Amino acid sequence: MKTLKIDELSKNFGTTEVLRKINLEIDEGNFLVLLGPSGCGKSTLLNIIAGLETINEGNVYIDDYNVSKVEPKDRNIAMVFQSYALYPSMNVRENMIFGLKQAKVSKEKIEEQLLKVSKFLQVDALLERKPSQLSGGQRQRVAIGRALVREPRIFLFDEPLSNLDAKLRVEMRREIKKLHQQLKTTVVYVTHDQTEAMSLGTNIAIMNHGVIQQNDTPENIYNKPSNTFVADFIGSPSMNLIKGNLKQSSNQISFVANGSNFEIPINGYDFKEKSNLENKEVYFGIRPEHIFSKKSNEGDFEINLRADLSEYIGHEQIMTFDYENQEVLAKFPSTIKIELSKNTKLYFDLTQISLFDAKTEERI
Amino acid sequence: MQDKIHTSYKQLEQRSKYTNMFLRWFLYLVLILFALYFIFPLYVMIVTSLKTMEEIRQGTLLTWPSGLNFDSWAVAWGGRGYGAGDTFLKPYFWNSIKMVVPAVFFSTFIGAMTGYVLTKWRFKGDQWVFLFLLFGCFIPFQAILLPMARTLGVLGISNSVIGLVLVHTVYGIPFTTLFFRNYYISVPTELVKAARIDGAGFFKIFFKILLPISAPIIVVTVIWQFTQIWNDFLFGSTFSFGEAAPIQVALNNMVLSSTSVKEYNVDMASAIIAGVPTLIVYVLAGKYFIRGLTSGAVKG
Repeated sequence: MKTLKIDELSKNFGTTEVLRKINLEIDEGNFLVLLGPSGCGKSTLLNIIAGLETINEGNVYIDDYNVSKVEPKDRNIAMVFQSYALYPSMNVRENMIFGLKQAKVSKEKIEEQLLKVSKFLQVDALLERKPSQLSGGQRQRVAIGRALVREPRIFLFDEPLSNLDAKLRVEMRREIKKLHQQLKTTVVYVTHDQTEAMSLGTNIAIMNHGVIQQNDTPENIYNKPSNTFVADFIGSPSMNLIKGNLKQSSNQISFVANGSNFEIPINGYDFKEKSNLENKEVYFGIRPEHIFSKKSNEGDFEINLRADLSEYIGHEQIMTFDYENQEVLAKFPSTIKIELSKNTKLYFDLTQISLFDAKTEERI
Repeated sequence: MQDKIHTSYKQLEQRSKYTNMFLRWFLYLVLILFALYFIFPLYVMIVTSLKTMEEIRQGTLLTWPSGLNFDSWAVAWGGRGYGAGDTFLKPYFWNSIKMVVPAVFFSTFIGAMTGYVLTKWRFKGDQWVFLFLLFGCFIPFQAILLPMARTLGVLGISNSVIGLVLVHTVYGIPFTTLFFRNYYISVPTELVKAARIDGAGFFKIFFKILLPISAPIIVVTVIWQFTQIWNDFLFGSTFSFGEAAPIQVALNNMVLSSTSVKEYNVDMASAIIAGVPTLIVYVLAGKYFIRGLTSGAVKG
């Protein structure tokens, strides 16, 4: 039984296609993050799961039950919003029990739930306050509390941390993670922040233009991006994508960057399809953190590139190198001194590379 | 050298101090002049209403009355008590109250409801509905007098307070809708979403979530509608006459139908009586208006 299943779901606003043939499944207790740039349809998808938006095609199942036409309140879900959406005229207590009162739950049960949840979230001292008298973090907590008292099957979070300042955001992120570890409720969480997605999710679905680009564990999203969009979207700075061609001779496959006169051997790369590789136009993907200034593995590839730009950011520095007129970024500890406008020896960790077809932009 | 610079700064400081003082006093002078200019008519009205006709004939506009003589106020409010031809404001004042209270209530309520639907329950073509409603704000009232008279006739409520309530409600809706729509558009729609997930329906969301945070805009709307409806003369004089007339029409009749002599003191008293309710609404509601604005109710 899947806690949540989305089957061939499509959604249009007038003539604009917002979601196209979305398929998703979540197992009990998992934490799925919908990640993507703004306008990719992730919030619409969440609203559809909540029942706040209608569907054009396809179905949504919760616990194998088709809820496509079921009212939000009957879906056994709870949602936390970006603006917290606390009812301004009600105090914290009234905010938290509003849903239970609508559902005509008995007074004793409501009190019991309220006490339990408010203690758990440490808002029990704030019950008589109005939302306007709370700090950002407290509002967030109350908003989560309002969702918790309903004991839903699925928690929906719509960018809950983006209204908080940087420090509080990191704190609340940890709290949400702890909350999930303790409660083990299924979560669908929308964000455009990759750090949030990586640190919280057991699964990440990366979306762009209404299509899921990759739905995988955070490790696979980072190490084996399924296309150039995912490769580019995840990581900061994002993965270097160097344009060039593959060469195949007998058993050796290698990569030659455009305009370059040497080959980078590709050994032990897990190709999806090993045929037709000769002269294939590809992007050679390597993350800035997988380029080193000292040889660390036997398989590292040594290369001489000119340093063009240095960005110091405290604990590390981001260097920009020129590779036959293509920019290559690398991340080094800030203690290393590299002279600009001079050729520098670099080492590519070839076990960490990704290759993409230049035409389809898919991983090969 | 150092000393010289020091003194010159001191001089500059002095000079700017004098300039500032002069400007400050000039500002006060202008403000006082304007205040006098605006308060002058009110002064004349009050003073004249307290004089006897004898005093009015002998003195000037500005002369202080000989004593507090409220006779003309009594005549304006309650008449002289000689039956036919004796027009006084009391019955028409209550006509106006009976007209203005329901008309303000219904137009405000309906405006709040339409504003709520147009912002939080968007439907296909809603922007057209809003556009047509906006259009209603710009129709000159003269243009609709005939069709409205016909409508009231068909409904059988012409020349009645109920008829006027209907007219004012209908013509208030474009304005009240505009006010509430512009207010509710700044209320995060996530509030409505949250309430829907919590299981609240259309009316519950309106009454429990949105109305309680609408105090500032309700006050604005009430002030606007009350002033409009209370001060209306056109609809009142067109759609009602005789006993059903509102106070502004009665005031006009009273002032124009005076017999041989113009009784300025009674006229002034009547005019003040007719104007006082709007003043009261401004003073009372204005306070809540400020309070509503500063409470920051909507800020999430």
